[in-house]
Amino acid sequence: MTQNSVPPKAGLSRRSFLGTSGAIGAALGLGAGKAAAQQGGPVAAVGERPKITLMVNGQRRTITVEPRTTLVEALRDNLGLTGTKIGCNQGQCGACTVLLDGRRVNSCLTLALAVDGSEVVTIEGLADPAGKLHPMQQAFAEHDAFQCGYCTPGQILSAIACIDEGHATDAVEIREYMSGNLCRCGAYPNIVAAVEAVRDSKEG
Amino acid sequence: MRNFAYHRPTSLADAIDAASAQGADILAGGTTLVDLMKIGVREPDALVDITGLVDLEGYEIGSSRLRFGALARMAEVGDDKGLRAAAPVLAESLWKAASPQLRHAARLGGNILQRTRCPYFRDTAYTQCNKRAPGSGCAALDGGETKLHAILGGSDACVAMYPGDWAQALIAFDAEVMTQGPGGKRTIAFADLHVLPGETPEIETILQPGEIVTGITVPVIPALKASHYLKARDRESYAFATASAAVGVEMNGDTVVDVRIALGGVASVPWRAREAEDSLKGGPLTEDTARQAGHIAFAGAKALEGSAYKIKLGADVVAGALMTAKSRANGGQ
Repeated sequence: MTQNSVPPKAGLSRRSFLGTSGAIGAALGLGAGKAAAQQGGPVAAVGERPKITLMVNGQRRTITVEPRTTLVEALRDNLGLTGTKIGCNQGQCGACTVLLDGRRVNSCLTLALAVDGSEVVTIEGLADPAGKLHPMQQAFAEHDAFQCGYCTPGQILSAIACIDEGHATDAVEIREYMSGNLCRCGAYPNIVAAVEAVRDSKEG
Repeated sequence: MRNFAYHRPTSLADAIDAASAQGADILAGGTTLVDLMKIGVREPDALVDITGLVDLEGYEIGSSRLRFGALARMAEVGDDKGLRAAAPVLAESLWKAASPQLRHAARLGGNILQRTRCPYFRDTAYTQCNKRAPGSGCAALDGGETKLHAILGGSDACVAMYPGDWAQALIAFDAEVMTQGPGGKRTIAFADLHVLPGETPEIETILQPGEIVTGITVPVIPALKASHYLKARDRESYAFATASAAVGVEMNGDTVVDVRIALGGVASVPWRAREAEDSLKGGPLTEDTARQAGHIAFAGAKALEGSAYKIKLGADVVAGALMTAKSRANGGQ
């Protein structure tokens, strides 16, 4: 069976914000644990806390997790990256959205152990080292695309992916491809405006 | 979430071995299973994560057969422009499902095995659920909310609805499922994969312990190109179907040569509406005949108080989907 299309992994996180992280990941042997852990028995028996390595916002991080630890719990509790929010904790609200190997996913439904060796981008990884906001963060501020802000980190990660996936052609498509992020304050029109603004600045 | 052992095999043989053990569940994208584990509906002793079987990630839009690896992602396949052109119903039923985040995680093999959204199955505070706790009764039939329940295929033991979208396109177009398990490989007609609830609603498919879905194939026929998935729901996006239809037509002038109709959001299992198809074959496809076909599709429906709305809605959805498919058969969008 042939691979028929190029997965989004090929461009998204690296091109957009991680710079050379792909090369760094390879040089550090990320994912080696994944490959080594296999033959026969479980990677983790009940109660064990195996070590995993993640490339989080361009930094190699090694932590120990239980099999049941979700990615959002690992980010918040093990790594102190509390920008990623837990909303419904059931994959319904999108507040926990992160980019995992370039794909946007709900980190609340992702087991940390299952993504050992992966690259993760969270809201903390978007601004440049000098503190200059990512264009999408800037656009959310300029377009007043939030009120309480709780859904905002997930909205911003999802919005970046929405454009990179090529699903921001018009407002209808943006709404469709942003539907996995709920906003109880109802900032949707301003969120769409922010996505359109970034899309247009990239085109221009 | 109750703790569990975690396996990550890199060969199918090891995966089958690990998955054959009592108390083991197979994990792919996890969008259903991890959710059910969090709410205590599934409490496996071990998870066998098969996402290391990377050979199952591919897919191929062939000229005579479409082949999908069990670990291909919903997002990747649903957004494939080649698939959108060759088989609109297969692409539409994927991208109209769930959310972008869920579709990036979820794999096709897991998608077809998606569990019901019945609120009584999902809420362990209810002791009555024959699917979750065999013999305990059915809270939906015992005076519960039935808005989301099946009006086709249900039994006195269970009226839980199969919530998936892609499965409707697969059953309409005679897909086959490839599996491998302790007993070897087999190919299953998609229509035979799921079983009606009857008196044993805890049994949802014919899959045996340790048997892993490895791929799905769909034969290419003319009606596949003139196909459509129409999904009615309570909001525009990111909601389960209140009623949906996967359809396709092949026309010769004004005469229907071949037609496929399957129904989502209304039945216990993926549901092919063969009598509705037969009503159209050899005749014209007009708004009138499309509506008749819609009514025929729901002739055997057993509505509950909360789900009665699905009969008219479902018939309208079938008719609307057929008219779009006809337009596509004539070269339209």
